[in-house]
Amino acid sequence: MHELSMAQNIIEIVERHVPRESAADVAAIRLRIGELSGIVPESLDFCFSALVRETALAEARLEIERIPIRARCIDCLAEFGVEESRFLCPSCSGGALEILSGRDLHVVDIELHERIEKDS
Amino acid sequence: MSVITIERKVLEKNEEFARRNREMLQARGILALNLVSSPGAGKTSLLERTLAMLKEEIRISVIEGDLQTDLDAQRVARFGVPVVQIVTHGGCHLEARLVRDALEQLDLETVDILVIENVGNLVCPANYDLGEAMKIVLLSTTEGDDKPLKYPEMVRNASVLLINKIDLVPYLNCDPAVLRRNALQINPSLKVFETSCTTDAGIREWCHWLKKEASAARK
Repeated sequence: MHELSMAQNIIEIVERHVPRESAADVAAIRLRIGELSGIVPESLDFCFSALVRETALAEARLEIERIPIRARCIDCLAEFGVEESRFLCPSCSGGALEILSGRDLHVVDIELHERIEKDS
Repeated sequence: MSVITIERKVLEKNEEFARRNREMLQARGILALNLVSSPGAGKTSLLERTLAMLKEEIRISVIEGDLQTDLDAQRVARFGVPVVQIVTHGGCHLEARLVRDALEQLDLETVDILVIENVGNLVCPANYDLGEAMKIVLLSTTEGDDKPLKYPEMVRNASVLLINKIDLVPYLNCDPAVLRRNALQINPSLKVFETSCTTDAGIREWCHWLKKEASAARK
């Protein structure tokens, strides 16, 4: 259930960066979420929708880019994708790895609808 | 369409609180441990055995995280050590800000080791830095030897693995050597102990190591 707390944090970040009067123009919030972050995107989406219902952000949607886990072997410097929790170098079987990507948990940017000025 | 570039960590606020906690603890030479496990793996029992063995030699304070109750805090308080309870009211993990609030209730000048017992959960606490020096992950033999593979982020972030309930191995379909191998495959630098809070197996070794770490943190 930590997706609920994540969704809350995301909304706070949006509120800090988008002026209150533009909140209703937010079309999309782009996120980068690594496979190692333990976040279930469907669950995050569900929590986000529940929190923004009947708020200015009600129309905003989450666009989630999943980042696969990549690592570099500290011994032989081979770079590879980590699948099924096999944190072992496929070249030399070394276990000392540097994680290159997959921990990400970032708000990348926010897309706003251009406001169409209406004649009164 | 217009785009506002953000590039911020979702948990930046938590990380800021964690950084301040860590500074505060390190400045006083306190060894802060974030104790994590599934519900029922034996975090509180381990803490009880550790307090029984070390409390005369080392000043230990405890922060207890719990979903609903202060039952664990009551168990710890019987040992006469300072304990602060955080009830998360259903929240599945502790956050750095809650720990900061708890720290304000402790006299940090009289603490050598601070144990933060997290809420029983191996998923969410992996994301939330509390400002600890290290995460201690407890896996019990009843959970199966493939458990580390299911929670790789927690195993990667931990410094120590305690394989608990080791006395039950004769009755279980769990090979502690396989469990250890699975964990070390994910995190080769993991320090591993095998413990039982019923027979006290391994508790002496664990406490001995803890004492050494605490004196290293004081320097």
